[in-house]
Amino acid sequence: MSAPAPKRHQASGSFSGGFSWAMARDLRLAWRHPDEAVLTVAFFALVASLFPLGIGAEPQLLARIGPGVIWVGALLAAFLALPGLFAADYADGSLEQMTLSPHPALGWAAGKVAAHWIVSGLPLTLLSPLIGLQYGLSPDTLGVQALSLLIGTPVLSLLGGACAALALGARGGGMLLALLALPLFVPVLIFGAGAAEAQATGLSATPHLSLLGAALIAALVGLPVAVGAAVRIAVD
Amino acid sequence: MTSRHRSGAPDVLQVRDLACRRGPALLFSGIDFEVAGGELLCVRGPNGCGKTTLLRCVTGLTRPDGGTILWRGEPAQTDPERMRAGTAYAGHLPSLKDDLSAEENLEFALRLRGVATTAEERREALAAVGLEKRRRIPARRLSAGQRRRIGLARLALDPADLWVLDEPLTALDDAGQELFVDLLDRHLAGGGLALAATHHRLAPASGVVRELRLA
Amino acid sequence: MNWFHFSSPSTFYGLAGRLAPWFFILATALAAWGLYLGLLVAPTDAQQGEVYRVIFIHVPTAWMSMFLYFIMACYCALTLVFNTRLSAMMARAIAPTGAMFTFIALWTGAFWGRPTWGTYWVWDARLTSELVLLFLYFGYMSLANAFEDPRRGDRAAALLALIGVVNLPIIYFSVQWWNTLHQGSSVSFKGTSMHVTMLTGMLVMSASAWMYAIGATLVRVRSVILERERRAQWIRNLPEASA
Repeated sequence: MSAPAPKRHQASGSFSGGFSWAMARDLRLAWRHPDEAVLTVAFFALVASLFPLGIGAEPQLLARIGPGVIWVGALLAAFLALPGLFAADYADGSLEQMTLSPHPALGWAAGKVAAHWIVSGLPLTLLSPLIGLQYGLSPDTLGVQALSLLIGTPVLSLLGGACAALALGARGGGMLLALLALPLFVPVLIFGAGAAEAQATGLSATPHLSLLGAALIAALVGLPVAVGAAVRIAVD
Repeated sequence: MTSRHRSGAPDVLQVRDLACRRGPALLFSGIDFEVAGGELLCVRGPNGCGKTTLLRCVTGLTRPDGGTILWRGEPAQTDPERMRAGTAYAGHLPSLKDDLSAEENLEFALRLRGVATTAEERREALAAVGLEKRRRIPARRLSAGQRRRIGLARLALDPADLWVLDEPLTALDDAGQELFVDLLDRHLAGGGLALAATHHRLAPASGVVRELRLA
Repeated sequence: MNWFHFSSPSTFYGLAGRLAPWFFILATALAAWGLYLGLLVAPTDAQQGEVYRVIFIHVPTAWMSMFLYFIMACYCALTLVFNTRLSAMMARAIAPTGAMFTFIALWTGAFWGRPTWGTYWVWDARLTSELVLLFLYFGYMSLANAFEDPRRGDRAAALLALIGVVNLPIIYFSVQWWNTLHQGSSVSFKGTSMHVTMLTGMLVMSASAWMYAIGATLVRVRSVILERERRAQWIRNLPEASA
């Protein structure tokens, strides 16, 4: 008969423990398989270059529609990246283990969304000035555009993350996710595109950016809890 | 038999009048049992009788429709985080990432459990389940049984007092089953509790084995 | 009176069945009175002529679209916090009525917009946020029905409804926050810019819409209860179940 094993460790959970766990794991997985991040960015660049081909390439027209097109493109790219956030963890049982972890759901939920933003929202933001140049936007507008994306895409990731978790295991898949997430994206789109638009037409972008910032703060406060709750509902 | 009185109250899991429904149908009701330190309770019954659901109710994954679950004499919902820290669940799904190696999978699984381990300890645990040479290989290239063995290494390092195991012998070969029974034996001898849904006979050398039959 | 007595689906089923006809009778009577006031008694508007009379449908339905979402969200919060069965069924029963009122509000708004603004639709803040509300209702209903296990659908859709609540203040304050084409509110606590008969007509129509919403919800919740509890003994004992 074997001797009782001394148990040296005591399990303990914390917000930072869950956050860093999710960040480290998801970023390492993304690093092993960078194709998803690359596809997101490639989709964004492709959509943005379809508009000049479809609508016409007069410089004034492009400069006029540029901010809106770039925002819509980024929004769609961020949306298409959403199913990857939870689907694999749902299928292989990782979500169950997360729900049963002593770390509070707030931590790993926020960590997963943050990691997801780093591989989807952040590259889109970084690419946006390049696409803005193709549309002939002025340097000021490019800056405001990138700033609005930097503030706005985390809100999209948080809102979309909650919706993606809610739609796990549901009939209707991608279409259902679109119906859930896209209406919630509308205010972000309005403020985000409005900021660059205002800058381009010589008005102040500050009001739009402040509203976007307020939306980001509200999203950071409220949505990680919602994402955690949605995951809990999904594994039930 | 030693009970590790960490919180003063003895390690005991009490389930009272548990009921669960799936859709409109009642899956089970009036389930009562108690598991104390050093005891293994085997949940038995035909397929579809609710064994998995019962285990998931105990861990807190599934909300029961009636009844109470007491952990160390207190309702599990009053301090879910302590309950979760004290419970290790091994379900049907392996919760392994194909792109990570056995070593990385084990590391992340334990970090998620809030357990701090050294690389040396993890290497030893993997060696103990026969994965020393394959610990750097992505999990996708391991066989089903080898993947289950990563789960055994996780259990070995998890300090949880209560093990909740759903068909723990699936895909394990004879040697693997022996490894598992040995692990279970040490867990029970150390005063741990285990709740397992299984079609096999589990006969660890130490500890009391009881059965719960679901109709 | 013990309110919890009625929060069990089996007792509420009977209560809802007895109350629903009365709400429909009230709704019809109030609608008749409200339409009489609105279409025959109220004077022609100095600026907008006869067109403004669509207000007697448009404003009450727009109010209801927001009220009902709010009430639905309250039931959803109850579902998530207390895991009560009846609250989830109530939320499901309210959603289609809410979506219908939202749709009517948008539609009548378009009919009003054509003669006064010269266009059926503008992308103004209030119209857009009301359209988002319609999609929130659709999203709620789709998600609630997207799962094998109805309880799972209840809880997932409840969380979605709660996230969507942020849209309500946006709709309500949109005419103040953004100076857009949609006119500001004609009714406020400080007093109104309307003729007294117009106001009375609108309030009577709103009361009618309330009564209709309650009646429709009660009828719908009865069918949800029947569907959900069909294996329960009390349902098998019902005369309509054995027939």
